[in-house]
Amino acid sequence: MQAKKRYLLLFSCCAFLFFGYFGYHHFKAHRQSKWHHHLSSYSEDSDLLQDEDISPSPRFHRLSDSGGGGGGGGGGGSGGDTRDCRMETCFDFSQCDRGFRVYVYPIDDNVPPSASYAKVLNAIRESGYYTSDPSQACVFVLSLDTLDRDTLSKEYVRNMQYRVQRLALWNNGQNHIIFNLYSGTFPDYLEDLGFDLGKAILAKSSISIENFRQGFDISLPLFHKSHLEKGGEEGFLESNKFPGNKKYLLSFKGKRYVYGIGSETRNSLYHLHNERDIVLLTTCKHGDSWKGYKDERCDHDNAEYDRYDYEVLMRNSTFCLVPRGRRLGSFRFLEVLQAGCIPVLLANGWELPFNEVVDWSRCTIQADERLLLQVPEVVRSINASQMLQMRQQTQLIWNRYFSSVQKIVFATLEILADRVKRSRARPLSVWNSDPGALAINFSFSDYLPHFPFYHDALGTAPHSRYTAVVSVSHGGSGPIHTTPLYRLIKNISKSKFVGKIVVVWTSPQVAPPESRLPGGSVPVHVVVPADPSPSARHAPHPLVTWDAVFSLDEDVTLTTDELDFAFTVWRTFPDRLVGYPARSHHWDEAKGGWSYSSRWTNSYSVVLSGAAIYHRYWQHVYTHQAHPSLLAAVTTTANCDDLLLNLLVAAVTRRPPIKLTQRKQYKDPASEAKWVWTEQSHFQQRSVCLNTFVSVLGFMPLRHSNLRLDPVLFKDKVSMQRKKYRQIEKIGS
Amino acid sequence: MVTILPDAVCGHKYRNAVVSTVIVVVVMVVLRLCAQMVGVGLASGGSDARVSLEAASHWEELVVGGGGQQQPTPSRHNCHYYNCFNVYRCGRNGNQRLSVYVYPLARYVDEEHVAIKPMSREFFEVLDTVLNSEYHTANPEEACVLVPPIDTLNENSLRRDKIGQALSMLPYWAEGENHLLFNMLPGTPPQFDTSLGVGRGKAMVAGGVLVPHNEPLGRKPGSERKWLVVSSQVNIHRDYREDLEAQVTQVMAEGSHSDLLVLEKCGPDVNLTQRCRGDQMYPYPGILREAKFCLVVRGGRLGQSVLYDAMRAGCVPVIVADGYQMPFSEVIDWREASVQVYEEDLPEVMNILRRDVSVERQGEMQRQVLWLYEQYFATMKDITLTTLKILNDRVFPAHAQPLSLWNTRPRPSAVANPLFLPLTAPASEGFTAVILTYDRLDSLFQVIQMMAQVPSLSKVLVVWNNQRKPPPQASLWPKINVPLKVVQTRENKLSNRFYPYEEIETECILAIDDDINMMTADELEFGYQVWREFSDRIVGFRLYDSEWTNEVSMVLTGLAFYHKYWSYVYTTQLPGDIKSWVDTNMNCEDIAMNFLVSNLTGKAPIKVTPRKKFKCGECTSGDLSANEAHMVERSQCVRHFTRVFGTMPLKTVEFRADPVLFMDNFPKKLKLYDDMGSL
Repeated sequence: MQAKKRYLLLFSCCAFLFFGYFGYHHFKAHRQSKWHHHLSSYSEDSDLLQDEDISPSPRFHRLSDSGGGGGGGGGGGSGGDTRDCRMETCFDFSQCDRGFRVYVYPIDDNVPPSASYAKVLNAIRESGYYTSDPSQACVFVLSLDTLDRDTLSKEYVRNMQYRVQRLALWNNGQNHIIFNLYSGTFPDYLEDLGFDLGKAILAKSSISIENFRQGFDISLPLFHKSHLEKGGEEGFLESNKFPGNKKYLLSFKGKRYVYGIGSETRNSLYHLHNERDIVLLTTCKHGDSWKGYKDERCDHDNAEYDRYDYEVLMRNSTFCLVPRGRRLGSFRFLEVLQAGCIPVLLANGWELPFNEVVDWSRCTIQADERLLLQVPEVVRSINASQMLQMRQQTQLIWNRYFSSVQKIVFATLEILADRVKRSRARPLSVWNSDPGALAINFSFSDYLPHFPFYHDALGTAPHSRYTAVVSVSHGGSGPIHTTPLYRLIKNISKSKFVGKIVVVWTSPQVAPPESRLPGGSVPVHVVVPADPSPSARHAPHPLVTWDAVFSLDEDVTLTTDELDFAFTVWRTFPDRLVGYPARSHHWDEAKGGWSYSSRWTNSYSVVLSGAAIYHRYWQHVYTHQAHPSLLAAVTTTANCDDLLLNLLVAAVTRRPPIKLTQRKQYKDPASEAKWVWTEQSHFQQRSVCLNTFVSVLGFMPLRHSNLRLDPVLFKDKVSMQRKKYRQIEKIGS
Repeated sequence: MVTILPDAVCGHKYRNAVVSTVIVVVVMVVLRLCAQMVGVGLASGGSDARVSLEAASHWEELVVGGGGQQQPTPSRHNCHYYNCFNVYRCGRNGNQRLSVYVYPLARYVDEEHVAIKPMSREFFEVLDTVLNSEYHTANPEEACVLVPPIDTLNENSLRRDKIGQALSMLPYWAEGENHLLFNMLPGTPPQFDTSLGVGRGKAMVAGGVLVPHNEPLGRKPGSERKWLVVSSQVNIHRDYREDLEAQVTQVMAEGSHSDLLVLEKCGPDVNLTQRCRGDQMYPYPGILREAKFCLVVRGGRLGQSVLYDAMRAGCVPVIVADGYQMPFSEVIDWREASVQVYEEDLPEVMNILRRDVSVERQGEMQRQVLWLYEQYFATMKDITLTTLKILNDRVFPAHAQPLSLWNTRPRPSAVANPLFLPLTAPASEGFTAVILTYDRLDSLFQVIQMMAQVPSLSKVLVVWNNQRKPPPQASLWPKINVPLKVVQTRENKLSNRFYPYEEIETECILAIDDDINMMTADELEFGYQVWREFSDRIVGFRLYDSEWTNEVSMVLTGLAFYHKYWSYVYTTQLPGDIKSWVDTNMNCEDIAMNFLVSNLTGKAPIKVTPRKKFKCGECTSGDLSANEAHMVERSQCVRHFTRVFGTMPLKTVEFRADPVLFMDNFPKKLKLYDDMGSL
């Protein structure tokens, strides 16, 4: 016992000593390594309290301290120096209080615009922002052609300074946008337009970061004279082949200037040329006097150059070099982008087109002229998955913003609109993902899950209820409960997913009281629009609140199961038109136009809105974004609203609509409204509509589909008890 | 020791003492060993492996100033990446990563041996972070970016000329080329220049007003926040304060008392943890937690520390500072996390917020701003690392992180579909039939014959999974009019079916078992047409559940069209042990594939036509999926894969795809896909 106690005591003593010994060392080391804990913070309360603007007026401060990063200039005068222009200092927002409207000066017949500039002006006039009234305008666009300011060019307009200053609304360029593609000339190619822009915003291609006023100017792509005004050519990428390696890894075919500004990079390309997977070809031939400047490589290079075709080379390359020429930007950039060849940029200090909103790092390789010899290594380090992403992104960006002059101009205006309505600016994620910012208008909503396009990316889902919108254009005689409308509403009211029934009453007959319609527990509203156009059914209405709109004609005979099935399918494809009656279009060679047909075929491209479900956003697009002449065509023909809807949706989604089940006959045979469908002239009229719409849009957006969607057990021999949508089984074709 | 204890009763004094001593020694040795082991453990655990900055007592003292010394390098204000940054310094160490050198710490003193600028805690953290980051290099010769050891975070108390001189004394200064300075409070009263007023040549400045406090203020949903807008700054210009007060009056008149709270200093005493409105006192920054929006109005400086407080309080900043470059705006999309208002519009700010920002977007921005804070701003370490990452991406842009990644916060069930372009695959390309086979030659040849009838077939690739028996000679194979290739595998693995063979030149693959012999050419052709329209999905004929079901969430890959990219992803990026699980159990490869595709696309597969039987009765004897135990195992797979994926990625749909005229009363010859087989 004693011994045990002693041992215990001894043990504790030792332990204590031990811990004392090591603890001290630990403490010492700790103090050493934590010396910085005694440091004080870099700022004190007084720093924050002193931080007060004590200038007599904040406005003065704003104007004087427009420090474009430098600030060392000691105040560039009260807004006098336009080199430091920002939106806040050089743009008058008060002119935009009535909304973002763009005015184009009337054309001066003495100096008509070039073909390219005429396209730009047309695009503005077709934009939803256009106004013909200067007093309503927020932004002004000259009709004087400023695209080509190369003094050696045929299209160069002389005396621009004088002409501009004579304009009554010029106001030292405030709230003006000047479009420009070329500036400066041989030999130094200065980025100078040859006249004083004043406070105007410069929308210019090939602009360098040194001259670019961030957040004020807009960098444009250089586009060719033959660039289409509307619609635009599709990107060349048809398939997502994997891996996407093409015959050549990297290619280039173009001029080199041998001497002078911007020539070094192209002159050194031959170092990388290996004839196998890297094919970089230059020619010294340009202008008449090239022989005078040629160097020892020229003859060899010229011969090599002629062995390859530009287009073929580009289409068979994974990466395409886009080196600077005399100017920073080149046509090549857009050509390469369209071809789905991943651009490798070699133009130091080039402010890329629409860089304010487009994330170029997702579809280009930004190489450095100083590190030219590293380019092959960099390009080889891109793996197959990255390539797949980048190549798709080239097409997305090309198709959404660059494929036509109209898109380029619209993108320019949208960038400006986002600056003016800054608190509702579209985030970059919208600009850089399908369907692109030109298709997204925040006046509909500023919350992305309210749109049909972002559910996957955000992990959200469309709302679980739909609004049934029943369009009544006829009405029908006899007691209300004998009408097809009555039966339809009864079927709708039994649907699991319906939240509300809105009857849009455009019939000349008197609308029945809501209480007479058999909505059951589902609220029924009768709405009589002021304008009984066929467009009325697609107009946004405060009662239509959920994402899905089930658009129905008064006399369709859809069963409850069909309604439910359509809605569940639509939840999978919320951006598309999903419906029962389908039609198709084709190019009629004989008539030289588009033709519309209701014949049963193996494919379809249109779903009629008599029995279709679609996202509420399309109502907004239809009513507020479609060109007014499109809506006018619908009103005058009292027809074709569904065609227009199909075209507008397809133009944005680039996908066909979706047809459901076998049903062909969907109108109540007893309906009195059916006469319109049987008339021959009806179809002719719709073909006319189709061609009108296509000419306004500038392209045919409809696409065909070869399949329809049926319930999984549709017409399956399994027992009826096992099937979910039994009513659909009973419907003949 | 065991021998000692029983006889201890005999009690020799010395013996006891000896024993005690022995025990003590043994115990000490053991403890000592333990301690060492623990110590080693700690060291390898990282804390001692860190590079630590030497304590001030070890610093060299450097005298700045005096007669013939270097003058500060005047700042160059027209610098950009291409004219001031020497890119040749980068990449010297051979890897595609920024290398950053930190000069040894020194005590910079003036002629009177007074320290020019004591180091602040924050600057210490900056240096400490750089030293312990992946970017750090100890070799100044191979450094791409150099960080001077001179604290320039706050310009207020800075002796600019001395700092400028100290900078130009740095051994690798070279007019500031590739040097990185940090500055949080630029300018001094009353002018408040927007950039650091120290002569710094071509050096870069990482700046912005940020005053990291360690603790976040916690989450609180927007609906529980009392105030719509709070203005908490004490340094607002009096004109702007008037603008705000006018709006308070207006808001009060409208009866919406909790819309706008404009706070001031509490009396003459400086106590920045309190703000007042009349007699009412509010804790700062706690009050920001009670606001949905927080005003960040320009003071003398453009950047305001309230931005930082608002962020950590999860209050959406409303930026009213013309020309202000938001922090990290090169990569962060502030449109998603703040409201920008021009100073001119300050009198309208309440209307703008109420009109232009929906409740839903406010909620989104609130979550975003908190996430940004935690991701990039929470500590000096985060801020420093973000700075270096941005620099790194400038220097090595080919592998830069795209903006979408910088700005996308993780959301449950969100997907980024790698096949995102809305394309209908070209009809001309056709598909490659990939047939996995072991030794059932008869039925294999039958399948090949059947495939040959499909118009869009472009190639047949037989994956010969039998290592014991070589495939038959070329002459014995069926003659078909498209190329037929055989690849022999090294091991009999189910995953071989999903290898992205070079021989597959189409983007579309039809994976088909060697015993599927009842399909018609029309069915397969139609299946391919469906795939063209849904080229990111698996398009198949057979459902996973053998039961009659109304839903589709998986289709069997023994007969399915899918994009070749999925084979690549299956082979290279399948999470966890799934691939080896499949190969050891010889089962569930199709479940893995369905999981993989749904997980990446967020989409369900598509079932084509109602067919239920795919093979003739006599071939079923060797059919794997026939037996009961096999099915049980498959439900284990689903459970296991769900665990590995961390989520159940499958999506369910209630439709299948049929030809437009399927089962229609319509002349057969007009139907494109007439022979859809019997049900």
